[in-house]
Amino acid sequence: MRSIEQSLDKFHEAGIRPVAISVDTPEESLDLSKQAGYTFTILSDPNTEAIKRYDLLHAGAGIKGHDVARPAEFLLDSKGTVRWINLTENYWVRARPEQILEAAKLLK
Amino acid sequence: MKKFNWQIWAAFLLSLFAFLSYPLLFVMFPITRDFPWANLLFFAVAVALMLFGLRRAFASDRAHPLRSRIVGGALATFSVVVLGFFVFTVFIWARLMPASHGAPQAGQQAPDFTLADTTGRSVSLSELLSSPIKEGSASPKGVLLIFYRGYW
Repeated sequence: MRSIEQSLDKFHEAGIRPVAISVDTPEESLDLSKQAGYTFTILSDPNTEAIKRYDLLHAGAGIKGHDVARPAEFLLDSKGTVRWINLTENYWVRARPEQILEAAKLLK
Repeated sequence: MKKFNWQIWAAFLLSLFAFLSYPLLFVMFPITRDFPWANLLFFAVAVALMLFGLRRAFASDRAHPLRSRIVGGALATFSVVVLGFFVFTVFIWARLMPASHGAPQAGQQAPDFTLADTTGRSVSLSELLSSPIKEGSASPKGVLLIFYRGYW
């Protein structure tokens, strides 16, 4: 997410809106965005509704044994069709902005 | 009296650093994150120091042979445990994730959702797709959804 923020201008130039989603409450996400200086949209899914719809539920993996999302990135076109996905195999390793911007060239 | 066995202490502290520097520092840079070679390098130095330290701790000329062996053995054990824990968390535990076979694939329609943003306002996926990124600009060509674990 840090690298997304650093490349935010490039994403905006490419017409891409980054949106982050986690189980954190809006207050927790606000804390995070203030601390880390994130300016893109962060959404809260504490009941894991969207997370389940995208089949990303990692049950009991939170520090308090709560359910969280496994990390993943989806690039959607303006009609909401998925154009590119990245389901990492190691949660430390996320998609790099260059990869995503390369994939964004597929969008019209 | 024989000098302080600094090698064994350095080995222990360096192995702690090698472990903690991954989540706190090296994970910030893709080159040291995707494969933790920097951390493994620190661990390699720590193991070398540990072997020297153990040799000193178990040498026959120590002023307090028993204490030297107990402290040396304990610190070496801690160092090895830290290394083992690092290997486990980075190479095994971080990969224990659900397969997500049901995740929408390229070419499929992304499932809609409505979730609260940081101000508590409800935002739907269709709104994210259609509203301009910045005021007065065109609607976005695409939306990048980033699911993350959160403050877990």
